[in-house]
Amino acid sequence: MLLLIEQILNGLQLGLLLFLLAAGLTLVFGIMDLVNLAHGSLYMIGAYFAATFAALTGSFVLAAILALGATLLVGMAVEVIAMRRLYGRDHLDHVLATFGLILFFNELVRLLWGPAGMNLPLPGWLNTSVQLLPGLQYPTYRIAIILVSLAVAVLLYVTVMRTRIGMLIRAGASNREMVSALGVNIKLLYTLVFGLGAALAGLAGLMQAPILTVQIGMGENILILAFVVIIIGGIGSIRGALIAAILIGLIDTIGRSYLPDLLRLVMSPRGASAIAPAVSSMLIYALMALVLIVRPQGLFPVSGK
Amino acid sequence: MSARLTLRNAVVAGLLVFLVLLPVYVSHGGNPFLLTLFTRILILAVAATSLNLIMGYGGMVSFGHAVFIGAGGYAVGILAEEGVASGFVQWPVAVAVSALIALVIGALSLRTRGVYFIMITLGFAQVLYYVTVGLDRYGGDDGLTIYTRSEFFRALNLSNKTTFYYVCLALLFAVIALVWRLVNSRFGLVIRGSRSNDRRMQAIGFPTFRYRLVCFVIAGAICGLAGALLANHTEFVSPAMMHWTRSGDLIVMVVLGGLGSLFGPLIGAVTLLVFEESLPLLIKSLGTPIFGAGAARAAEYWQIVLGPLLLLIVLYARGGIDGLLKGGRRG
Repeated sequence: MLLLIEQILNGLQLGLLLFLLAAGLTLVFGIMDLVNLAHGSLYMIGAYFAATFAALTGSFVLAAILALGATLLVGMAVEVIAMRRLYGRDHLDHVLATFGLILFFNELVRLLWGPAGMNLPLPGWLNTSVQLLPGLQYPTYRIAIILVSLAVAVLLYVTVMRTRIGMLIRAGASNREMVSALGVNIKLLYTLVFGLGAALAGLAGLMQAPILTVQIGMGENILILAFVVIIIGGIGSIRGALIAAILIGLIDTIGRSYLPDLLRLVMSPRGASAIAPAVSSMLIYALMALVLIVRPQGLFPVSGK
Repeated sequence: MSARLTLRNAVVAGLLVFLVLLPVYVSHGGNPFLLTLFTRILILAVAATSLNLIMGYGGMVSFGHAVFIGAGGYAVGILAEEGVASGFVQWPVAVAVSALIALVIGALSLRTRGVYFIMITLGFAQVLYYVTVGLDRYGGDDGLTIYTRSEFFRALNLSNKTTFYYVCLALLFAVIALVWRLVNSRFGLVIRGSRSNDRRMQAIGFPTFRYRLVCFVIAGAICGLAGALLANHTEFVSPAMMHWTRSGDLIVMVVLGGLGSLFGPLIGAVTLLVFEESLPLLIKSLGTPIFGAGAARAAEYWQIVLGPLLLLIVLYARGGIDGLLKGGRRG
């Protein structure tokens, strides 16, 4: 039972991290109608920035703040230099162009930081554990990830749904020409949205960094997961992204820890432990396929587009 | 396909003559690595041609096409591991397995459109990728070495590099001819019509779903053949063959060469792979006199050039290289 609670928390943490990545993706997707495969590169860059700033300043929190700002700037630069020219193009063009960006960023990171990965050590006050229930110790850092992600999710929701800038973002999503005819600087707005998405990806990357190593290509596999999330949640829907992300996080984590036991009921122990990781990795893609077959627009389609 | 002498036709003809004569050059003292490189190029051109059939003519952007390379490759690899070395069994099985997988993926994916189609094909590709990772008996993540190439007649020994090259070349020509026939048939008209306006085609009375599905299966089967060839070429199969970046490479080849152009995928495959092989050398040899030792280091990072180049091609050269050769009009 305690193990189950711990796995649920782990799943929640993974899901919220996925949400940060998926939120930027779904914003860009829903508002600019842009498929951005290079979103995972921004995740990677956020982690690299954080590791570098942490080594320079010696403070984890300061490094995180600096890395967020830096990733925001990189994202805005990418939008101004490249993405801006892709709006209104075919999705195939987006796939190809941003695939090119992935290659570029991977090599750029290799050039600047070298092929070996980096570590982002946790400060002592985060590297402890908290007793949640009698007999259940849980790492402080993972709780911190959950809380920060939840706070960001709320903040994002309030920004998009309750503020003037959020209103403009939503208006830009439904009718770009009309908003710009009313005197809104839509180009700047798009740059800001893209930068915001980049910063969210960077936040996910830098928070994941102490748990995994910071390395080239770290954004690619999680990017695919983030795409699965927004497809299941419905493209453009932040609420859908949140629910789908948590769903995926839970399925993935709980699948990984319980599938070997389940499979052992029907097959040999050796075979079960061999195929269980593969089966649990497949689960989420199977879920996506199922959702698309039953509801081709995702679980929470954005209406009025 | 007009036979007039244009720049584009001249380039394509020149490329074909070059491909036919390459082994002769290599046997007369040329660099033997060229033969290996171009065998790989021919095989990937077969795969890219099959992708072009659905993507260029049918408008179905599959982001999981490498799955069929993997399926064909694993069919050969597993049969070889189990002691079935005959190509007469291996290759048809590779094609049949790929067609079957394409049938399942296509039947489910073709209900969706646009971005959803891109992503659902990617999703299925990931599923099959993890299936091969879980194939513990056949190497799992580490892949599977193939100790004997497919066996045909005594006269057709695939271990001979020149023979294998010509087999690949002949199959590539056959596939291009097949795609040409398909695209210009009534079937191809329906496929192309459904790309432009699916609803109208349905209103005219064509069950476009079935046509598109058949097209998808044919493309999968051809790509499975490419997988069987690739397995023979590298004598090794691994899940990495069907990693999603491989699917991305195939899309790059098709778009680079020219979407919906018959010889485009071949041109794209040649350009991309030759570029990959020669760019490091090029940077090194051109850069060293100017930048010294730094250029040799920069040569390792050639993808830093390739990435933005892809971006530029997307932005400014729609229709790919074939479009540029045809001259002018953007399409």
